Amino acid sequence: MSRRTRRAAEPDPAAFPTRPYDLLKEFTIALVAVAVLTAGLAALFSSPDEQPITLATWSAATPNDFTATAVTELGGTSTTAQYGPPYNHTPGAGQKIGPVGLQRAAGVRIPVDTAEDFVLRPLRQAPEPAEVSAALTAWTAAPADRQQAWTSAYSDALGKAPDGDPAKVEPGDYGPVPVLTSRLLALAQAGALDGQLLAQGRFYQTDYTRPMLFLNDGTYLADQARAQHLAGDQWGMMNETGNYPGQAWLWLYTFWYQIDPFKTSKNADALIWALMAVLSLAFVLVPFIPGVRSIPRWTKVYRLIWRQHYRGQR
Amino acid sequence: MSDSASPSGNATRDAKRVGGWTGAARRYAVRTLPPEKLLPDTQPAYMASWIYVFGVLTVSSLIVAVATGCVLALEGPGWWHASSVGKYVNSLHLWSVELFMFFMVIHLWGKFFMAAWRGRRAMTWMTGAVCFLASVGTAFTGYLVQQNFDSQWISGQAKDGLNAVGIGAWFNVLDFGQMLMWHIVLLPLVLGLLTAWHVLLVRRRGIVPPIDALAPEPDEQSAATAVQP
Repeated sequence: MSRRTRRAAEPDPAAFPTRPYDLLKEFTIALVAVAVLTAGLAALFSSPDEQPITLATWSAATPNDFTATAVTELGGTSTTAQYGPPYNHTPGAGQKIGPVGLQRAAGVRIPVDTAEDFVLRPLRQAPEPAEVSAALTAWTAAPADRQQAWTSAYSDALGKAPDGDPAKVEPGDYGPVPVLTSRLLALAQAGALDGQLLAQGRFYQTDYTRPMLFLNDGTYLADQARAQHLAGDQWGMMNETGNYPGQAWLWLYTFWYQIDPFKTSKNADALIWALMAVLSLAFVLVPFIPGVRSIPRWTKVYRLIWRQHYRGQR
Repeated sequence: MSDSASPSGNATRDAKRVGGWTGAARRYAVRTLPPEKLLPDTQPAYMASWIYVFGVLTVSSLIVAVATGCVLALEGPGWWHASSVGKYVNSLHLWSVELFMFFMVIHLWGKFFMAAWRGRRAMTWMTGAVCFLASVGTAFTGYLVQQNFDSQWISGQAKDGLNAVGIGAWFNVLDFGQMLMWHIVLLPLVLGLLTAWHVLLVRRRGIVPPIDALAPEPDEQSAATAVQP
């Protein structure tokens, strides 16, 4: 019989000598062993549960970062405001795989207007001091380019102020922006903004998209993550807080973010997802990929696994 | 006269039709997976390595993960943050998943180096590989619904990858309610069905013979079997 023919028709396992085997006994022993091992590991190492960051804790811990972020939300220059699909229609935004732009093709299915959703609506919904009502009226009445000029000037001024402190900003033409952001900071510090961004006018709610996007636009959340060795260049989300194994099985996905050309590409996410999709498909189709399916024969690790069988054949 | 038109031929045909769809399904199931294949009390003698243990360890740890997840579900997603018992159950859930993934990866590498897809076992490999990918997704959504700092950071990072390829428009990792449903309903259902399919395929095809093994001649086999206890 040729080698090729033999490979095409593997022998029937039933044709080989047998040995006693108790399937249910093996399964029961394995189940008890795993349960005991799990109970031991849980008792020894517990599980991480770092408190989540709220808009209230962020605005209390770093009010200047909160204010700087709120100005960019109002002026439409924050990361979320410039994101593109699925949140908004920012021209030119959206990653591509070569010429293919799946992000834009999916469209805007979770619309987010950062000025309206994160700043103006919460201010309108809260009891308004007279100066805030006047500031809202002034903002609404101003043309878009005027609004842009105010937020841009105030962002620059905050950048130049010591520690970005709004109280130390040089005088300038910022329109109603300082009043609006100051009031938003007060709402956030009181805890009202967390509820407003989540509820969106409804009672029951489980969608944290808006408060999460706002949090992500600031630097506080990222700073806390970096301190917990969770930043993207620290192998990012495969880790978790504390000394826990995290999602170690995501190592290959995270690995691509650490090397060129991905780590410097503006399309890194899309390219890495495309690469992982191809690799995942190849993984599923290993039995049909010439070369890859022959690796076991070349490496001969199988001779270690079946060493008793091969020893008996000598 | 053909056999099918004879009285005995008709009887055979009638016997085949007994029970309608249900009878046909039963006959197919018994033919495909007879009891001695489904619950074997012998295995080929070449099945003699510790690597074989990792398949059953993987299934066992999946069962522990599902069971501990069910206990968490009894009290709801916020319970374990405020209760020491809940915290321990959450720890059981976490570590059973870590063990599950660890055992599965060892099992996977073992099957790779055994070229376990040989002999009409490609579907067994493929269902196992898809099980692994579904497990990654299930574990990932679990991390998203912890309601703590890890969930916040992981969801904030993961959204960019999913949005970049258009998936995020439908699968919104910042939507806790949606992710909870995926984690405790949809993905476990998919993983459970895939696992059942995978295990039944293993039982149906039997344990893959060693590479280049030749089946013993019938005389050889009967002699070898005769020495079994």
